[in-house]
Amino acid sequence: MSQRDKIRPHTIIALVEDRPGVLNRIVSKWRQRGFNIESLAVGHSETAGLSRMTFVVDANTDAEQVVKQVDKLVEVVNIRDISAEEIVSREMAMIKVRVDAGNRSHIIEIADLFRASIVDVSSESVILEVTGDGAKVDALFELLSDYTVIELVRTGRVAMLRGSASSHPRDGHEEPERYEGPHTW
Amino acid sequence: MAELTGAQMVMESLVREGTEHIFGLPGGANLPLYDAIPQYYPKVRHYLVKHEQCAAHAADAYARVSGKVGVCFATSGPGATNIVTGIANAWMDSVPLVCVTGAVISALLGRDGFQEADITGITIPITKHNYLVLDVAEIPKVMREAFHIASTGRPGPVLVDIPRDVFQQKAEFVWPEKVELKGYRPRLYADPAEVVKAAELIAEAKRPVILSGHGVIISQAYDEIRELAEKGNIPVITTLLGISGFPGTHPLYLGMPGMHGMYWNNIAIHESDLLIAAGMRFDDRITGRLKDFAPNAKIIHMEIDPAEIGKNVRPTATLQGDVRNSLRELNKLVKSVERPDWFARIEGLRRDHPSITVRETPDVLPQYVIQKLYEATGGDCYVVTGVGQHQMWAAQFFWYDKPNSFVTSGGLGTMGFEVPAAMGVQVAKPGELVWSVCGDGGFQMTLQELATIAEYDWPIKFAIINNNSLGMVRQWQQLFYSNNIVATPMRNPDFVKLAEAFGILGLRATRREEVEPVIRQAMEHDGPVVCDFQVKEDENCYPMVPPGASLEETVDLPTYEDERVEVTA
Repeated sequence: MSQRDKIRPHTIIALVEDRPGVLNRIVSKWRQRGFNIESLAVGHSETAGLSRMTFVVDANTDAEQVVKQVDKLVEVVNIRDISAEEIVSREMAMIKVRVDAGNRSHIIEIADLFRASIVDVSSESVILEVTGDGAKVDALFELLSDYTVIELVRTGRVAMLRGSASSHPRDGHEEPERYEGPHTW
Repeated sequence: MAELTGAQMVMESLVREGTEHIFGLPGGANLPLYDAIPQYYPKVRHYLVKHEQCAAHAADAYARVSGKVGVCFATSGPGATNIVTGIANAWMDSVPLVCVTGAVISALLGRDGFQEADITGITIPITKHNYLVLDVAEIPKVMREAFHIASTGRPGPVLVDIPRDVFQQKAEFVWPEKVELKGYRPRLYADPAEVVKAAELIAEAKRPVILSGHGVIISQAYDEIRELAEKGNIPVITTLLGISGFPGTHPLYLGMPGMHGMYWNNIAIHESDLLIAAGMRFDDRITGRLKDFAPNAKIIHMEIDPAEIGKNVRPTATLQGDVRNSLRELNKLVKSVERPDWFARIEGLRRDHPSITVRETPDVLPQYVIQKLYEATGGDCYVVTGVGQHQMWAAQFFWYDKPNSFVTSGGLGTMGFEVPAAMGVQVAKPGELVWSVCGDGGFQMTLQELATIAEYDWPIKFAIINNNSLGMVRQWQQLFYSNNIVATPMRNPDFVKLAEAFGILGLRATRREEVEPVIRQAMEHDGPVVCDFQVKEDENCYPMVPPGASLEETVDLPTYEDERVEVTA
């Protein structure tokens, strides 16, 4: 494990069948080891019937064994830890901030600085929408702590590999065979 | 095909999968399923157990010795939760099992209906996969997948939960031609480059040992493991569940390793320069303190489950795939090497540490009972055990020459397994002799099945190794808890009278000279027999690797004065 891997949280992506209970099965493997999931984003993938998940777990987590166990689940088509790969990862956050006539322009200035959009305005509040890596969202939230943040919601990280390769290559299919019949030495 | 009810679909699927025997117990939610059973008799026979846990254990043991998928039925709620231990047992020991449970009607799911338990949720961590079927038309596909998943790759239990109303609905029965599961494709053939590497490691090794596990039995690689041992001139150690995967009286066979393994095996592993692991997973009961496990050894790991590779040890060569395929490829490349020094060393260890011998005492030693069982049967029987001291003695003092003839609860360590498992073995092997070696503690966890055994007249012979205590736990209290004996002595019932109450012959041996006649009498009797062997109560199981110690620190056979073992955790 390189130094860089140690300080970066694990980013794990999975392609899974879109069925009831799948999330429960996967999360159960992390729970059994007592591992906390920092964020989890789930949505449809490019293929009908398959969902794509992005997990973020703490850097100190021994993720390798759990990833292998999750891979064994029947409904998990592919899973990989892409923490050490060249990836693009993003998350989106919405932050509702209390404003008044005096500070509204300051907040809009901060939003501009972060290329955040104002997606809702009322006389007493604005909602900022920001997209970026986790650090960017953290930084914006930090700056806004001088004001009154009413609420914050984050989607959790989504990630994919850079370049033209698919993040989830499909490997060949081997037909399992059964052995039958009695046996003697 | 005409329309079938969901219940008929389950039964029709079982017939198509070749199921002949089912263990189970009916209740409200699976009544429609039981309603359909007579239509499929005698193609499929159902055996009524007295507790659902035993249905699962019986199906588990049936699967182990028949090589087929075991099937059990239970109703919703308590019926389903009662099989949880049985499912966990099959999960830990990689046994193919399909459990069909009834659920409350679909309208009541998740609404705390009478006898509702979320059994699919409960069994997620202990099944290979499970299903809640809400569409009757899906039953054939689900059943086909369940059998496929249970029996292929690393085998394991699959649970199919069907609400009562779905059992009763009708649809056309469409049997899928093949199973298509995007996320399930067990790898069966190892990377050829790794096979070459493994063969090179074997050629270079001076002190190799084969660790043969349950995978060898599951994949029926009996000939292949033997060929590797004989061709490469390599001694063979079998794990607890690997016992009877290699002939017990073969000159290359060394017995079992680990916590109560033979002393020479633990030292041999410690001194080995190459461990050839075939279908085993380096369980903590085998490795002892992991960081000091086999410090000088490179490891070849033949294993079908990718999640087991690198879990406890880092192999030098990894042959991921069916162990039989891996062995076949490897055997093509293995050359014979003379290893006189290594065999001399092992022989020396065996000579200087003869811990697997039965002492001469006036008491009935439990080891003596096992030894006499071996002599009386000539090893030509199936031996089933529970968990604890008797289990270890049955592993140490009996030499298994019959392939796959030792049936025990390994990974989960389920006391009480010995009674229902013997039923499963007897059903799978109707004409054969089945000896169930029981602990007095475990026997009392599942003895209600004596009624089942009497009812079906299964001629199982039970040998209760009766020390009037939970012996292994008492041994730990003695050795590691300052001899503070708490909640382990037991006042047992009169097992002979108990057997008689069930209509079963009961026999007792309290003296050494009574052991052999009791065994003979039991074997001459046509029906089931319960033998109560009243053994020396404070006998302990050795050798022993204290918890947290390394294999090198194996305590061979202490005299009783210095029995206290220093523990280094």
